[in-house]
Amino acid sequence: MDLRLSDEQQQLVTALAALYARHASSERVRAAEPGGFDEVLWDQLLELGIVAMAVDEADGGWDASPEDLVLAAEQQGRAVAPAPAIEAQVAARALARLGRAELEDALTGERLVTIALHPAHADEALAVPAAAVADDALVLVGDRLLLVPLEGARAPFGNLGSMPLADVDLRAAHAVEVAHGAEALAVHDAAVDDWLRLTAGALVGVGAKALEIAVAYVKERKAWGVPIGSFQSVAHGLADVATALDGARLLAYEAAWAASDDRQRAAELAALAFAFAAEAARDVTDRALHYHGGYGFMMEYDVQLHWRRARSWGQVWGEPKAAYLRAADRRYGAVA
Amino acid sequence: MDFRLGSAAEELREEVRTFLDEAMTRELEERIYRSGTSYDPGYNAGLHERGWLAASLPAEYGGGGQDPVEVLVLAEEQQRADAPTYTNGTSVMVAKVLIEAGTEEMKRDVVPKLLSGQAICVLGFSEPESGSDVANAQCRAVRDGDEWVINGSKMFTTNGHIGDYVFLLTRTNTEVAKHKGLTTFLVPMKQPGVEAQAVYTLSGERTNITYYNDVRVPDSARIGEVDGGWKVMTVSLQDEHTGGYGSRIRRLLEEAEAWAEESGRIADPDVRARLAKVAAEQEVALLLQRRGIWMTEAGIVPEAEGPMSKLFSSEAFARASQDLFELLGPDAVRSYFDGTAPRHGWMEYAVRFALGTRIYAGTSEVQRNIISQRGLGLPR
Repeated sequence: MDLRLSDEQQQLVTALAALYARHASSERVRAAEPGGFDEVLWDQLLELGIVAMAVDEADGGWDASPEDLVLAAEQQGRAVAPAPAIEAQVAARALARLGRAELEDALTGERLVTIALHPAHADEALAVPAAAVADDALVLVGDRLLLVPLEGARAPFGNLGSMPLADVDLRAAHAVEVAHGAEALAVHDAAVDDWLRLTAGALVGVGAKALEIAVAYVKERKAWGVPIGSFQSVAHGLADVATALDGARLLAYEAAWAASDDRQRAAELAALAFAFAAEAARDVTDRALHYHGGYGFMMEYDVQLHWRRARSWGQVWGEPKAAYLRAADRRYGAVA
Repeated sequence: MDFRLGSAAEELREEVRTFLDEAMTRELEERIYRSGTSYDPGYNAGLHERGWLAASLPAEYGGGGQDPVEVLVLAEEQQRADAPTYTNGTSVMVAKVLIEAGTEEMKRDVVPKLLSGQAICVLGFSEPESGSDVANAQCRAVRDGDEWVINGSKMFTTNGHIGDYVFLLTRTNTEVAKHKGLTTFLVPMKQPGVEAQAVYTLSGERTNITYYNDVRVPDSARIGEVDGGWKVMTVSLQDEHTGGYGSRIRRLLEEAEAWAEESGRIADPDVRARLAKVAAEQEVALLLQRRGIWMTEAGIVPEAEGPMSKLFSSEAFARASQDLFELLGPDAVRSYFDGTAPRHGWMEYAVRFALGTRIYAGTSEVQRNIISQRGLGLPR
């Protein structure tokens, strides 16, 4: 067992933390609401290679490991950064798996490609992440995987997490089929595994920063002449969520490690990591906000930025229980 | 990053499993449970023969000389099998203390017996009026020439009725701060004035209240300095830094999964979601404990991380056992080892047993204090 980050991983984390500190400050995050997209930030991320890192060298990328991607997602989560890095990475990996020429433009950012997490029904793909700002979306329709140009086909909607979500009307789009049959289903399934694993990392980051905000606040804020962090009701509540969050981080890292080193358990661990991280992020932001008292309820304080995203980023795919069921399918086999 | 424990550790795991499959029969499991005493000389002999009884200690003292990861694997597998390890746990812990702080005579005469299972040492820390607040011990030791006279009582002296020695925390000075007036002794239990009275617990385990009435020990029974008992205690409590119950949750999950397969309920989405949630918590419990071991190996004391492992795994074990108990419906209440109970009544056992794990070796509240103060830096 070795939980140390490699030097390269350390550099990646440092570089991303610096980039997000500069381009995803609380002011910038707020300025990008409610649309949830900061174009300058996105350009910076593209320049750093945020999409290219997600695919193999042979496909024109730079072959970062699943662990690297989870570490990157964690930094995005800490900053609650308004840029669709995870969706773009996941879609690029799907295009690479299919050997599609569209990958090239996706890697440079010439075209921003995202993916619908659930199959379309009645010619509509609902709540597609990043679809409000992306150029194309991969959408599974039955057993066909389509690449759908979004202009004129999307209907963005306001949402709790200030995410660039949109419903996509397939009838209004000139879609291209990129895979069909078993291959389409398998590529989409693998993409969902990727997305769950990376979103687990992002949710850990969302929660970790909220915990830091709360710890700083309860050390400073006094009631009855003492810092409220000295009250056991507050301290113990934070100890519980800090513990769960450490567990969520370890599980997300393990799921990432398994994606290359323990393929048999990789899909199950991705779903478990997602479910556990979603619960941990939900609980830690709940306590973090509550221990601010009335100030936590004010829009002015940053903790609400994390509280809203902890409840939204994962929910776009589904509730924790849905992920537990997905994990059960991998663990026990699907129910006939 | 690497989440494997290494091939040496995994080979050891296979060996330990083979040993446990043979040694831990249902009959033995039932006999131990009904006796209420987590001890079996035959089992210990088998462990000792393989160098696994005191795996963590160097070979020069009669230990197995295994590294922390191998020690972890041994603990994980024995926990999963619910093997009778309590006497080994306490005896090895005290042997470590004696090696660090005991007299040459103790190291020569007592340590080898403890590490071979020939003698049992139990812990005398908690008292009727002090549990988590262990430094508040009131059991008195008063000097009388070359001897000490001990009077008082100790609570939860598990295995006190079969112990050869008790590692006893006593008060030797009432004039100073409570941490500064403590002295530890290695007290032979089979002597006049020492009495163990049975205390039965909800898990089925028998523990004891032990009484010490004018018990006389020579000064050579003292461990460490006079009034230096707290320093000795910190050596003994270090081991508890990396405790965890992940493998108990694993056993619980395995029993519940077997039940679900046998009953056909495995196709029920509600059952599947609940089992998978326990699988996640089990994985997290194992990871938190393994992180502590990894830190220890890297020379870092897992000051807050150890308590996180203990807190999360015991709370998750209690949560999971309650949920899986409820999952079984009316059958859940059938007693452990009752012939009519599903999975030998394991859920009925687990739901009781799990409660204790949140209490002993530092309650959840004590762990949360440590995590919030040392991990999060919150003020006292």
